Amino acid sequence: MSSIVRSAAPVTSSVTDDAVVARSAHGLARTNSRRLLGWFLGLLILVGVCLLSLSVGTKSIPITTVWDALFAFREIDDHLIIRDMRLPRTALGLIVGIALGVAGALIQAMTRNPLADPGVLGVNAGAAFLVALAVGVFGITDLWGYIWFAFVGAVLATLIVYFLGSWGRGGGTPVRLTLAGVAVAAVLTGITQGLVLLDPVAFDAMRTWNAGSITGRDGSVVWAILPFVAVGLGVALSVARPLNAVALGDDLARSLGANVGLTRAAGVVAVTLLCGAATAAAGPIAFVGLMVPHIARWIVGPDQRWIFVYTMIGAPILVLLADVLGRVIIRPDEMQVGIMTALVGAPVLIVLVRRKKASGL
Amino acid sequence: MTMNTSKSGNDGNGEMNEATMTGGAPGGSARLRARNITIGYDTRIISDGLTVDIPDGKFTVIVGPNACGKSTLLRALSRLLSPSSGEVLLDGKAIASYPAKQVARTLGLLPQSSIAPDGIRVADLVARGRFPHQKLIRQWTAEDETAVVEAMAATGVSELSARLVDELSGGQRQRVWMAMLLAQQTELMLLDEPTTYLDIAYQVDLLELCSELNRNSGRTLVAVLHDLNHAFRYADHIIAMRSGNIVAQGNPSEIVSAEMVREVFGLPCRIIDDPETGTPLVIPLARRADAARFISH
Amino acid sequence: MSVPEKRRDATASRRSRIDFGRPLLILRLPGLARREGSLTVVRGAVSMRIDIRGVLVVAVLIAAAFAAAVAELGTGELHLPFGTVVQAVFGGATEFDRTIVNQWRAPRVVLAVVLGALLGISGAIFQSLTRNPLGSPDIIGFNTGAYTGALVVLLLLDGMSTSYYPTAVGALVGGILTALLVYLLAFKRGVQGFRLIIVGIAISAVLSAVNTWLILKADLQEAMSAAVWGAGTLNNKEWAHAQPVLIVAVVMVIPVFWVAYRMPMLDMGDDSAAALGIRVERTRLAMIVVGVSLTAIATAAAGPISFVALAAPQLAKRLTRSAGVTITASAAMGAVLLVVSDWIAQFAFGDKNLPVGVVTVSIGGLYLVWLLAMEARRQ
Repeated sequence: MSSIVRSAAPVTSSVTDDAVVARSAHGLARTNSRRLLGWFLGLLILVGVCLLSLSVGTKSIPITTVWDALFAFREIDDHLIIRDMRLPRTALGLIVGIALGVAGALIQAMTRNPLADPGVLGVNAGAAFLVALAVGVFGITDLWGYIWFAFVGAVLATLIVYFLGSWGRGGGTPVRLTLAGVAVAAVLTGITQGLVLLDPVAFDAMRTWNAGSITGRDGSVVWAILPFVAVGLGVALSVARPLNAVALGDDLARSLGANVGLTRAAGVVAVTLLCGAATAAAGPIAFVGLMVPHIARWIVGPDQRWIFVYTMIGAPILVLLADVLGRVIIRPDEMQVGIMTALVGAPVLIVLVRRKKASGL
Repeated sequence: MTMNTSKSGNDGNGEMNEATMTGGAPGGSARLRARNITIGYDTRIISDGLTVDIPDGKFTVIVGPNACGKSTLLRALSRLLSPSSGEVLLDGKAIASYPAKQVARTLGLLPQSSIAPDGIRVADLVARGRFPHQKLIRQWTAEDETAVVEAMAATGVSELSARLVDELSGGQRQRVWMAMLLAQQTELMLLDEPTTYLDIAYQVDLLELCSELNRNSGRTLVAVLHDLNHAFRYADHIIAMRSGNIVAQGNPSEIVSAEMVREVFGLPCRIIDDPETGTPLVIPLARRADAARFISH
Repeated sequence: MSVPEKRRDATASRRSRIDFGRPLLILRLPGLARREGSLTVVRGAVSMRIDIRGVLVVAVLIAAAFAAAVAELGTGELHLPFGTVVQAVFGGATEFDRTIVNQWRAPRVVLAVVLGALLGISGAIFQSLTRNPLGSPDIIGFNTGAYTGALVVLLLLDGMSTSYYPTAVGALVGGILTALLVYLLAFKRGVQGFRLIIVGIAISAVLSAVNTWLILKADLQEAMSAAVWGAGTLNNKEWAHAQPVLIVAVVMVIPVFWVAYRMPMLDMGDDSAAALGIRVERTRLAMIVVGVSLTAIATAAAGPISFVALAAPQLAKRLTRSAGVTITASAAMGAVLLVVSDWIAQFAFGDKNLPVGVVTVSIGGLYLVWLLAMEARRQ
């Protein structure tokens, strides 16, 4: 049995999980214990950022008051602000961050493209299209209305992309999936732009949507998307290990016993749920899904499981930090989180790419 | 069966015969020379202060283990790589000082990897080899046509001339690239590992073709080859490299010895005369205890 | 049959012509032979190998572009028949007709033809440069930066009330500054490909965010007009707008030919090209400069029109069955695509006048879907 495996894959090291783990001795944190340490550090930072998110705003609320609001709630103004406005906002930022980050990690592994964005499967274009339809054609103007449209749009677009890319023999190879994603996004964007440039009401709604935002949504939105994100996360974590194999190439993955087709399908389902839910709730927030998994890979190496775990901490840190900065940077006005994530993330990415010898997957 | 355990490689003092470090041409002229060149990639230096002459009218083969700098040297000789110090001379002048097309009419190169544009046919690809001889309005003279016909005939791809290059096998494709080099009709030809991807029959064919070109038309050929026995069989002049330095140079029958092969390649072997050509043949020493079981006693 | 025998047979047929696999026209014009002293010198001899299919396809595309242009010149509130339009272009018909055709409608149509061609050429150059059939000039963030420049002029500097030039200049400056910024940030002892791409993506993301912000905060009417520019539009173009484009196009003819002559060699890889006498670095730089300039002028004139640069070279290549992308066919195809798209944008939706960029994006997407279907079938 072992001789068959050895002859099937002419790699230098023996073809087992050990090989992948051995390759994983890459990245800045080389050992598992160092990675765990890094992760706990990240977790502390995340908690800190969450507290920051609860206390900073047009009215700065001191941390002690925040603590009281969470654990010794009284019906006073400050506690109400925290419970009704900042808590949902922070929770949404957390969930949206995790969802986008993990979706990005999935996409980068599935398309074997370290620069892929979860939007490459057409999620953003699909959501935007249905939002434009909702406002322009159906006259829906409240947020609840469009959330479901956006979600349906995201899901439909991803399904179309997946089927288009997997049609015919050869299946859903990374190149074809990417091509399908660009194609579907283009058509949908064209139609959306057409709708929106002819109708001022739709245009107005769209330009607000495009900025991405986690405010103005109350707790019910968080509860609404939570199940989708949870299921998506579950599916994502379950394919983390097979994805390590798929990242080595389809043939090699098959010889390692990974079911390439199933893994890909599961990955697409996870991306759809995660990205769809996040975009529906908060609008298109760019860059998080691209940047965080990429940086995570630089720190922990190519093992998908570690990348997921680090992304789950790193992405919400980026989103919440961007949101907090957005609140203070042009007081008393606010800059939307979708805009801030690019303004905050891009310089960090540039500094990092200049500092290290950039590597791929 | 005679066994020559020690060719004239080393004399007792460990001096290699033939000009090695100083790199003078072993009797004869050299149009292509490198003088004290330092070559490398980015910050990594492969060879430092290398001097070598390529003897005219001979078939020179550069051999050496992986990463010894043989391809790097070839690239420097063909002006693809600029030395950071020292210079490569063609006909006495620095090769970088000539107009590019003029060098291309004199010196041709078959690189290790080339890209066949999507959708190109064999005849078109071979015809592109005429570029150095063409002008804007003189793009398909009778000479061009003849050169292409002859080149395709010599490499045996005439029947494939209308086919798409994408559809050919690796070996056929390599012969088409060789035809393109031939169509260029240069007096000096440099080949970087030309026998990769080829079946053994075609490998020998290609080397026989190179030998013919060298003998019949007096062209100077320089090839980087992996297979030692091929190298020793066809070469008039061997340049053996290790770690960026030239370790031995000269006619194979004069410099090849078991010690030389062990020093350059780390391979324990013995050298016999090739029964067909009399050139040195490398026989790796057996390692398994029962390896001699097939020798009838 | 062993190989050496094959070779001998081939040598026997040396006299016959080469089979190139497709019909070719070999043109040889003998030059004038003059005696200069004791030498016979031949001047002006021409010899070429002309691909018949290629020439035919380009001719058909040019005819199609012409027909589409005439059709567009004839359509509008006042519908003019084909014959009248042709007459008007050449100075005939009534003065009223001539005014409509030559003063009002022609600038737009001429721009569509010329910009389409320029975009097609630019796309061919970038696809050859990046050796990627999906290559486009935007890897350096040019279009996003151009949009930022235009938005700054339109929304912050009150460009709405002034004429067209400030926007065009803003777009040019924005695009060029962005390209420079990306290059500088990616430069660290030379430009490594991967770093350039990442920096390009990062800067594009920042500028895209800035654009979203500017659009969000502006007055609704102004924002909509600016967004129309951002989608790429040929609306409201006059001769004054078309002139600079035509001048640049004429100036670019020679550089484009310089590049076109060398592109096929570069397609075979840097090593092979250098071995055949091409100065690789110089040619690549020229390709970047020419490619970016063409995109720049198109974006400055009409906003970022997507997909023409992407689709035209590939569609042309499939029609001509050429090896790699070719400049002439891509130009002709680009012209046809843009004129047809402009016609659709103006007239296909009743009284709604869409920006042409919206049509090109949708058509572009459909083109990619078709590409995918072709690939699926091929496997």
